[in-house]
Amino acid sequence: MSSRFRASILAIGLAALALAGCDREERHSRAKPIGETVPAGESPDTIWPGGTQPPPLDARAKLYDNNAPAIAEGQFLYTKMNCVGCHSHGGGGMGPPLMDDEWRYGGRIDQIAASIAEGRPNGMPAWRSKLTDDQIWKLAAYVRTLSGQPSKDAVGSRSEGMSSTTPASLTPREPAHTSDTAEQ
Amino acid sequence: MRRVSTALLSVSAVVACAGLTACNKNQSGPSSGAIQSGPLPSGNHALPPAAAAPADDGNWTMPGKNYASTRFSALGQVTPANVSKLALSFTFSTATTHGYEAPPLVVNGTMYLITPFPNYLYALDLTKPGAPTKWVFKPKPLAASQGVACCDTVNRGAVYDAGKIFFNTLDGQTIAVDANSGQQVWRTQLGDIQRGETITMAPLVANGKVIVGNSGGEMGVRGWIAALDEGSGKLAWRAYNTGPDKDVLIGPRFRPFYASDQGKDLGVKSWPPDAWKIGGGTVWGWVSYDPETKQIFYGVGNPGPWNPDQRPGANKWTTGVFARDVDTGQATWFYQTTPHDLFDHDDINEIILADIPWGNGRRPVLFRPARAGFFYVQDRRTGQVLSATPYGYVNAYRGVDLKTGQMIPNTDKDPKQGRVTRDICPAAPGLKDWNPSAFSPVTGLVYIPHNNLCMDFGAVEANYIAGTPYVGADVKMYAGPGGNRGAFTAWDPINRRKVWEITEDLPVWSPALATAGGVVFYGTMDGWFKAVDARNGKLLWRFKAGSGIIGQPISYRGPDGRQYIAVVAGVGGWAGAVVSGKLDPRDPTVALGFANAMKDLPMKTTAGGILYVFTLPR
Repeated sequence: MSSRFRASILAIGLAALALAGCDREERHSRAKPIGETVPAGESPDTIWPGGTQPPPLDARAKLYDNNAPAIAEGQFLYTKMNCVGCHSHGGGGMGPPLMDDEWRYGGRIDQIAASIAEGRPNGMPAWRSKLTDDQIWKLAAYVRTLSGQPSKDAVGSRSEGMSSTTPASLTPREPAHTSDTAEQ
Repeated sequence: MRRVSTALLSVSAVVACAGLTACNKNQSGPSSGAIQSGPLPSGNHALPPAAAAPADDGNWTMPGKNYASTRFSALGQVTPANVSKLALSFTFSTATTHGYEAPPLVVNGTMYLITPFPNYLYALDLTKPGAPTKWVFKPKPLAASQGVACCDTVNRGAVYDAGKIFFNTLDGQTIAVDANSGQQVWRTQLGDIQRGETITMAPLVANGKVIVGNSGGEMGVRGWIAALDEGSGKLAWRAYNTGPDKDVLIGPRFRPFYASDQGKDLGVKSWPPDAWKIGGGTVWGWVSYDPETKQIFYGVGNPGPWNPDQRPGANKWTTGVFARDVDTGQATWFYQTTPHDLFDHDDINEIILADIPWGNGRRPVLFRPARAGFFYVQDRRTGQVLSATPYGYVNAYRGVDLKTGQMIPNTDKDPKQGRVTRDICPAAPGLKDWNPSAFSPVTGLVYIPHNNLCMDFGAVEANYIAGTPYVGADVKMYAGPGGNRGAFTAWDPINRRKVWEITEDLPVWSPALATAGGVVFYGTMDGWFKAVDARNGKLLWRFKAGSGIIGQPISYRGPDGRQYIAVVAGVGGWAGAVVSGKLDPRDPTVALGFANAMKDLPMKTTAGGILYVFTLPR
């Protein structure tokens, strides 16, 4: 084995280590498929009476949150499903902003998924019958990029808007909201 | 303004306007000030037709004041000499904080207020000190309707006729309420929010019919106007603004003036297959009425989606004006201001009826300060364009060909899918949006509250999903030349020129009120309610309200015989959604790109919904 070849192996190994360190995404190409018939989401509520505790973060969250392919597909759906028509590129319009630090119905990824799936009474449509569970979770993963929640290497550095919208990698991170329990 | 003629075209050229604009911009910059730039019109000027504008009885029963839509009060106690003494008489909180665009109505000692969603209807007793509430009617529209209302959850007004108040709800109902008791007389569901339809316009009651149209031009709806029987609420007719002639109520009486509007089923043929079914053409603005010919006149909204590459063709009958018979709905003429609209230039603005000197007699016309930036004078019997003159800065169009009636496009500004077209003036809300001007028969001038905004327009493919937005554009707006985002312009419709203009820092989103005393009123989005001299635009008085003003001011005679001025302050609407909707203007595309021009508004005003009533001290 030549020293040059050993150096290459070393370089590849280091690169692999560096990539692993980024924790950019977790792909599950051999894992069990995600059950698409399971309703998405979690209650947006923060008061659990009688000393009961809010449920823990949905187990599916880690499959989507901070996951570059999921975020990229969510971004595509955000435009194609007309989310952009109401929420613009995060600043809102007919619907509330998604780039600020206010979450009416919770800013946890499972709470966002619940809002998309079930709709909300002041005008948010219920998308449960139009999108699969997997698509809803991908959308929720992308929505969290609008307030800069995922790490910068999981999001795109190209602006998806035509007119001077900021690329996701430059989106400032908003402070976690009180209901955003995953961040506390 | 001089007229440019060539061998081929007779064109009201933008070049000439640019010269005129320059003349009026000697006081440029965002500060507000008035400039007098010409003599007053002589005695022989425009007048509203008497049948459409009867003598003022001191009430204010419909948003336009009368069928001619003059928004002119014949009360004359308040004058330039005494207006500085104008003082607050009473206030009232409407318990709403979304954009308040409606006028108060006053009928024989009672004031009626219709609020934005949830569309409360209040009756206040003007005969008692402090104007206590007589009753409140809560129609309980569906909360979900807020999610399909494109540009804030506004309502543009109620109307009174024959003992009843008529108004529309955001979720698509028309309701008649007994004006004395506040009890419901009838309600009719007309719109369907599942398809993205809302109703925000003020109805017009004429000849026993309640005229109503839908909103939702950004949601892929199919636009219509309908007439309900005034007594029962039953649907008398409904005319769509796209589709086959039988749906549009185009029949033997239809005689459009220009060849481009003649032909069978143009509402189908001027679209790609089936695109007319989701092509917009809504009726969310104003309707005027000529009692002599029993014709209504109304403007039609934008075609959908905004991305013009998805709808090649003239897209009839969008962005134009229809005249229809009030009893049957049958169309009598149509004029398309901007065939194949490129910029969301809805043509829904107010239509003022006037008779102007013509030869040795008078000619019945319409005045239309249109969104595309031109002040139209059109024969109201035929739709023929007599003049079309820019009343501010326009570069999106080159002028109007008076032979063919066609708008001459500026092809440099054509949006194309997949690219950003920059510096389009006027921007999507137009040189002037929904907020109506006032026409004073005393001065013969039209007082135009308007915008000075330009935009970058990025066209992207829109995907139709019923009940969701169908736009396909990333827009970013900003101030036009001069840096002021708004202006208040006194326009001489006969000589086609500005008489004076007040530049305003913010877009002027409130309607105007003209009075016989020679004082004109309007509000600003940072909350100043202003009185200016009708002759020269000099600021005479102002009052700082608790929220930005986009509501329509009115003037009425109180039970004590005094002249009152009333306006509701409540910032919002498309221009103010950044405040009323708590939007985040760091994203330049917010509120269809309007918020980029309004980043400073949240620091200049806060949301509200408060009535202010003023009068002179005894």
